[in-house]
Amino acid sequence: MTRDLVVVGASWGGLDAIRTVLHGLPDDLPAAVVIVQHRSPVAHPQTLLGLLAAATPLAVVDPADKQKLERGQVYVSPPDYHTYVEGDHLALSTDDPVAFSRPSIDVLFESAAESRGPACVGVILTGANADGARGLARIVELGGAAVVEDPASAERSEMPRAALQAVHGALVAPIGGIAAIVGNLCARAGVTA
Amino acid sequence: MAVPVEATEAGARAATERLELETIELRLLLEGVFRHYGYDFREYALASLRRRVWRRVNAEGLGSITALTDCVLHDEACMARLMRDLSINVTAMFRDPHFYLAFAEKVIPQLRTYPFTRIWVAGCATGEEVYSLAIMLAEHDLYDKTRIYATDINELVLEQAREGVYPYERIREYTENYVRAGGRRDFSEYYVAAYGNALIDSRLRENVVWAQHNLAQDASFNEFNVILCRNVLIYFDKSLQNRVHRLFYESLERFGTLCLGNKESIRFSSHEDCYEELDAEARLYRRVT
Repeated sequence: MTRDLVVVGASWGGLDAIRTVLHGLPDDLPAAVVIVQHRSPVAHPQTLLGLLAAATPLAVVDPADKQKLERGQVYVSPPDYHTYVEGDHLALSTDDPVAFSRPSIDVLFESAAESRGPACVGVILTGANADGARGLARIVELGGAAVVEDPASAERSEMPRAALQAVHGALVAPIGGIAAIVGNLCARAGVTA
Repeated sequence: MAVPVEATEAGARAATERLELETIELRLLLEGVFRHYGYDFREYALASLRRRVWRRVNAEGLGSITALTDCVLHDEACMARLMRDLSINVTAMFRDPHFYLAFAEKVIPQLRTYPFTRIWVAGCATGEEVYSLAIMLAEHDLYDKTRIYATDINELVLEQAREGVYPYERIREYTENYVRAGGRRDFSEYYVAAYGNALIDSRLRENVVWAQHNLAQDASFNEFNVILCRNVLIYFDKSLQNRVHRLFYESLERFGTLCLGNKESIRFSSHEDCYEELDAEARLYRRVT
């Protein structure tokens, strides 16, 4: 089983952290990347998209419902919708916020784990809440890989710390080292489940 | 805090088996609900459905989806609670004001050239979008030569739509939306306040036909110049979405307009090639074949 789906969750301080990760990913990343960054429901979706696109040669996409996932593309969860992974595509919904968040990192991660199992790499970055911890545990439970930003150097440590409490054996690195880990996990073709 | 999860191959295999079993339980619940009550959620988007069903399992203090199935099949009150969880009706008057601006700019001019216009609002829920559309058409002097067919699968919400009574506390939001949507008058001209509610002006109902219609099962019932179906398809899975797109295609005249929700695109459907994009952001599509 190849790892070809990377899901990323970030909250407080996430913009710089995500830009750093995207910047470090290989141009020929053999995986689709889906990002949840907590933000205001009325945030203009294009602002974050533009800032992220400037950091990477990978295509940064504002996804629509049922959008097909393609390798080498970065999908940014739109404000005020949950983003689910359903097999080979994304599904959006206006279900109630989960733990005050829509989009919710847990919703993305759990659906990714449940529909893609060992193909998933879950990445938790800086944040001041515990969103994503359950989702990351679900990814690991179903055979996926977990990567967590080192709480010691994260802008906010609460979210990475909660993630590390929920899973054992996550790969931990300061923000500058996350991209290389993700790149390696996805490049190791032929990893068997 | 729960025990931290550790990755093991045997653990992943066992978890995958449990997940597959849970999916069977979920399918059985939906099948049971359909056969006993007639509500068909079998082709709804599964991941979000799974989450909403689990929320009901937990709220009922139960341990599994099968336990909920037992409860739901023998207790109508429990079914009603599940229904509330499964039917999300997120709507507002002039929701997404930019849609109305784009509609006025790109669709209204075309409607002016017709002697009479038929519009289908599919999945109208409690009617907020129907009245918003009626107001916009009235302000462009088109309402008198328009008939709006407003349909929903759910008789209860359709009844609410027909009554046109909305909680007064939402009027402020609606008024702001109306202004941003290019409203030309004073929004308060369109409702009467009474007992904490706002009653929509009955003239906005005169050219509306309300009817129950099931997008998943019922056939086309007319030919329309415009079909508006916003934030309904998002709850359906891909195969049901494609069936509904076929229904819309067959119900729309050539050069008619299809209006989808903010995050719904024709691009990922089976009928992508039958439409051209009128406005990308407002999701307005014109049937061209």
